[in-house]
Amino acid sequence: MDFSSGPPGGKMDSASKEQLMSQVKQQIALANAQELLQKMSEKCYKKCISKPGTTLDNSEQKCIAMCMDRYMDTWNLVSRVYGQRLQRESSRMS
Amino acid sequence: MSAALQDPYVRRFVNQETQKQRFHGLIHEMTDRCWEACMGNPSTKLDSKTENCIKNCVDRFLDTSNFVVNRLEPMRAGPSASSQPKSSGSFLYN
Repeated sequence: MDFSSGPPGGKMDSASKEQLMSQVKQQIALANAQELLQKMSEKCYKKCISKPGTTLDNSEQKCIAMCMDRYMDTWNLVSRVYGQRLQRESSRMS
Repeated sequence: MSAALQDPYVRRFVNQETQKQRFHGLIHEMTDRCWEACMGNPSTKLDSKTENCIKNCVDRFLDTSNFVVNRLEPMRAGPSASSQPKSSGSFLYN
């Protein structure tokens, strides 16, 4: 990403700051989505394609669809459990 | 990049997003590990056995991370620094 655009050496005005920050947020969201996609493909290939045939057959497609849903469930569960844990730990510390 | 980072507002934003991304990175990692540890053949829903396994998996992963940091803490602080506050909840910071 190009952080160097904008007036050289000058202070950034608040509009370009906001623009920069929303670009960064978008890039982060994109990177997270890509990570999830890549993991899903990897995990569901492993679970569903034991012997790669000439096409992705019907049962394989069903398996992959189900696997993707379960992977999302797992992601959400992990993030919920982690969030609860963070809350517990931070209330214990304060 | 350095010009934008000199701005305290932008710097605060970057720190916040970096912290958020650490959490997200850990969620991706734990999802990966706990999926491998807990998931059999994906079915139509996340069954309670798998769900429990994932919850335990996340909590034990975080326990392990805490344990490692806490056990190494005296070494890092050195024998003379026993008055240092004991760190806890390492995954809040690492």
